[in-house]
Amino acid sequence: MVTGDEGYDEGYGDWEELVGAALLGTDRRRGGGPAGSPEALLDAAAVHTVRRRAGLRPAEAGPRPQPAPRDPRPAPPAAARQRLAQLLAGRTAAASGGRRGAAPDLTELLPQWLAAAGRHGYRSPAALVPALLDAARARTDLRAPALALAGARGMWLARLNPDWRFALRGGAGGAGELPDVTDGAAVERLWQEGLFAERVALLGAVRAHEAAAAPRLLATTWATERAEDRLMFLDSLRAGLSPQDEPFLEAALGDRSRNVRATAAELLSALPGSALAGRMAERALACVGPEGVTPPAECDARMLRDGVVKRPPAGRGERAWWLGQLVEAAPLSCWRDRFGGLGPAEIVALPVAGGEEWREELHAAWCRAAVRQRDARWSRALLGPASAPPAAGPGTASLAERAKLLETLSDGERADWVAEFIRAHGLSEAFQLLGVCVVPWAGALGRAVVDALDSAREAGSYPWSFSGVMGLAERCLDPAEAGRLEILTAAASAPPEAESGAAAYWAEAFQRLVATLRLREAMLAELAPA
Amino acid sequence: MTEQHVRWTAEQVLALAPDDASRKAGGRLGGAGPWSQIGGSASGSLWGLCKGSGSTPYRTVVDLAGPAYKCSCPSRKFPCKHALGLLLLWSAEGVGEPGEAPEWAAQWLADRAAKAARPAAAAGRPADEEGARRRAERRAARIGAGVGELEQRLADLLRGGLADQEQSGYARWEETAARMVDAQAPGLAARVRELGTIPSCGSGWPARMLEEAALLHLLDRAWLGVASLPEQLAATVRSRVGLPASGEGEAVRDRWLVLAQYDSVSPDGRLTTRRIWLRGLGSGRPALVLDFGPPGRPPGLALPVGLVLEAEVRFRPGSAGLRADLGERRPAAVPCAEVPAGVSTGAALEAYGAALREDPWLESWPVVLGPVIPIPGELGWQLADAEGTSALPVPLTGAGSRSRPGLWQLAALSGGGPVTVFGECGHRGFTPLTAWQPGSPEPVPLA
Repeated sequence: MVTGDEGYDEGYGDWEELVGAALLGTDRRRGGGPAGSPEALLDAAAVHTVRRRAGLRPAEAGPRPQPAPRDPRPAPPAAARQRLAQLLAGRTAAASGGRRGAAPDLTELLPQWLAAAGRHGYRSPAALVPALLDAARARTDLRAPALALAGARGMWLARLNPDWRFALRGGAGGAGELPDVTDGAAVERLWQEGLFAERVALLGAVRAHEAAAAPRLLATTWATERAEDRLMFLDSLRAGLSPQDEPFLEAALGDRSRNVRATAAELLSALPGSALAGRMAERALACVGPEGVTPPAECDARMLRDGVVKRPPAGRGERAWWLGQLVEAAPLSCWRDRFGGLGPAEIVALPVAGGEEWREELHAAWCRAAVRQRDARWSRALLGPASAPPAAGPGTASLAERAKLLETLSDGERADWVAEFIRAHGLSEAFQLLGVCVVPWAGALGRAVVDALDSAREAGSYPWSFSGVMGLAERCLDPAEAGRLEILTAAASAPPEAESGAAAYWAEAFQRLVATLRLREAMLAELAPA
Repeated sequence: MTEQHVRWTAEQVLALAPDDASRKAGGRLGGAGPWSQIGGSASGSLWGLCKGSGSTPYRTVVDLAGPAYKCSCPSRKFPCKHALGLLLLWSAEGVGEPGEAPEWAAQWLADRAAKAARPAAAAGRPADEEGARRRAERRAARIGAGVGELEQRLADLLRGGLADQEQSGYARWEETAARMVDAQAPGLAARVRELGTIPSCGSGWPARMLEEAALLHLLDRAWLGVASLPEQLAATVRSRVGLPASGEGEAVRDRWLVLAQYDSVSPDGRLTTRRIWLRGLGSGRPALVLDFGPPGRPPGLALPVGLVLEAEVRFRPGSAGLRADLGERRPAAVPCAEVPAGVSTGAALEAYGAALREDPWLESWPVVLGPVIPIPGELGWQLADAEGTSALPVPLTGAGSRSRPGLWQLAALSGGGPVTVFGECGHRGFTPLTAWQPGSPEPVPLA
C-alpha cells in the first residue's frame, strides 16, 4: 500500500525525519530540528501515524496468475463433498490414542473415497484442492487418485507452490491440454518445450496412438536428457510394454547411467520374445536342466551388458547370485523343452540334483520371473495348493513373494486362493496375502475372513491379536456383509455371565467393523450422482 | 424437525468443534451405530443416547438456538464429541418427526427456556451506587498513576533513542506491562507487551516502533483528558485502556449473517479469544462478538460461518461501533442465501480510514472485498481488483496474519479468477477470513 504522507508537511517534518530523530534520541540531537522534546516528537509521530493510516491507498497490483484451465468434470454432490472434507481433515488430526473403542476409523477410507470419485469422473471441490495436494505429498499410495481428482486446478496450484512441485513430475494426465497426436508439429513443440509431466503425458498419448512412434520421439532428444529423466521416461514404458519398444530398449543397454541400463534390461526380460530374453534363456538353459544345476563360472562382459550385476550382496556366493539373475531374466517358456515337455507344476515338483541350496535358489528365481513376466500358470505352480502348509509350498514360503505371485492371477482366482488359505491356516499369516486382493473382497473371501474371526473369538483369543486383519476388513469387506456381522456382534455379547473380558472386546471390535461398513456404504451412496 | 430449523451442513457442525481431536472423534460418532433414542423437538432441540465403552450410555442434549450443549460424559470439551456426533447425525439424515423430549433431556431444556424467559432486568438490581462510584474513582486514580509512569517510560525511550532497543529490548517492557496490570489497565499492558516484541520483528522495525509508541502516547494523553472528550470517543478511550464498557449501547434487531469465526491464543497460552464477525442483512452493520476461553477450554460461543441468526445485537459504546453482544437469538429459516456484495480495494481502505476517525487505535475494519483476484507471491500475497491495477497486500507475519493453508485455499477457490472475500482491512493490509467462489452462495471459511 501507499501511505498518504504526501502533502501533510505542516512543520512536523516528514515521517522519515521523525523516524530518524526517534532512532537517534532527542538527547543526542542538536539544533532542535523537528520536534525537540520527546513529548513533541511523540505528538508529531501520533498525528503522522493516524494520518498515514487514514490516508492509505492501494498498492500497484503485481502480475496476475494465468487463469486455471476449466475443468469440465462435475463436482461431487454436497454430501460427498462434506465427507471428503471430513476425511481429509481426519488425515491430519491427532490420533486419539489408546484403545479404539467401537467407533469406526475414518482415515483409511480416504483411498476408497478417491477411487470411487474417480470412477464417477468427478473433479475436486476447489476449496479442498490444497488439502488433496498435501495428502498426495504425504502418502504415495494416494498420489495418483488425489492428483487425478485435483485435475487441472491442482496442477495450476502446484505450479505456484514449491511444496507441491512433485505433482508436476507425476505425469498421470495432470498437465494441461495435450495436442492432437497426429499433429506432428504440435507434438514436436510440446516435446521440446513442455514441462516434464506434460512430456510424460504426451509420450503416453503418442504411444497409445502408435506404439512405435513413442521410441522414435524419445530418440530425438535422448542424448540430451538428464539421467534421472531418462530413467523416468524408460519407466513410463513399463505399462503396456510391447515388442515395438525392443530396439530402443536394446540401445539403452549401452546407456551411461547404470540405473538406466538395469531398467532397460529388466524391461527387455519382461518381453519373452526379445533378443535379450533369448540370450538370457541360452545362458540359463546351459546352467539348469533335468540333470541338475551348474551355475555360471564367470560373469563376462556380455552378461554385464545384459544387465547382470556382478558383485553379490554381502553373504551370498557370486555363482549363485549370477544364476539367480539369469533364471529370473530368462523367459519361462524356455523350460518346457529343456524338461522334456513337462508343464510348470511338474517342473517345479521335480527334485533338484545338487542339493537343497540350488533348489531354493532356482525356485526363488522362477518366482521372480513369474512375477516379472506376469505368468499366471507358473505362479499357480509355484504357489501350490492353498491348503498346503506354507513351509511345504513348492515355490517359496515367503508370504511377501507369495503375495506378488498372487497378483499375477485373475481377481477371482486370487480371492479363492486366499480364502482357501485362510480356511486352512487361519488369519495369523494371511495379512499380506489379503493386501493384494481386490476391494471390496469377493463374497467367499469375505466370509472366510469373518468365519476365521468368529473362530478366533470362540477359541478365546483377544481381538487385538488380529488388529491388522481387523483394520483391513474395515477397509475391504463388502458393505453387504454388515448384516451377517451384526449377528456375530450379538453372539459376541450374548453370554450374560461374560466369563472373560474378551467377549466384550470382541463385541466392540465387531461393532466397529459393522459401523465402518455402514459408513462405507453411506459414503459410496453419497457419491452416486444426484 | 420442522422447517423452522433448516439443517446445518456437516461443515457448519464441524466448525463448532473445539479442536481437531474432537472434530475427528465427533466425525466417528456421526453414524447411527452407537446411538439410540434419538429425537428432536419442534422448538429446536436434539437428544440421544450414545453408547460409549461403559455400561451406561451418555445422555446428550443440544439446543440449536444457542447453540448450547449438555452431555453426561466426563469430557470437559465443549461441545463434546457426542454433541458433535449428534449434530452430524442430524445434519446428515435428520432426526425424524418432532417429538417429546425424554425426561432427562426435558429438565435441562426447560431450565434453559426458563432462563431465557427471565427478564434481562435482573442486572439492574439496586446496586450500592455510592460504593460503585468510589470503586470506579479508585480505579481511575490507579490507572492515572500507571499512565503517568508509562508516559515517563515513553519519554525516556525517545530521549535515549530507539537504536539500542534491539539489545535492551523485551524484559524491560515486560516489567512496564506488569506495572500496567497492577494499575488495572490491561489494555495498556497488552500494547506495551506488543511494543516490546517489535525490535525482533525484522526490517522496518524502528518505524513500526515509533508508530506504536506514538499511538500509546496518544492513548495516554486521551486518558488524561478523557473527561473533556465527546462521549463516543471517551468510551473508545476507556475501552482501549481496558475498562469494562459501562452502560448499554444501541440495540439492533436484525438477521445477522455469520461472516467469520476464528480463535487466537494469548502469548502466554492462558486465554483463547474467539472473534465472530457478523453483518446485519437488513442494516448492513458489521458487528464483532468476542468470547473467551480459559486455559485448555475453548470459548463457549460458536456460530458456524454462513448461518443466519435472527437476534438482537447490543453494540457497546465506542470502538467505532464494532464491539457487540448477542442478545436473545434463534437460527433463522435460511442458512445463507447469497454472496454478500463486495467493494474495491480503494473503497476498503477508505472504510478503514473513515473508521479511524472514531477510533484512531483501530487495527482493521471488516470488509467484503470483491471481485478480487488473489496473487500468490514468494515475497508476499496480494488481492487485486479484478478490474484496474489496485491491490492490497496480505500480511504474512505479525498480528493479523493468517495461516498459509488458508491463503492457498483462497488461491484454489479463485483459480486465477475473481472471487469475493471477507476479511479484516487495516494498515498492514487485508487479512482474508472467508471466501465465496463464483456461482456458489456457500461461504468457505479459510483455515
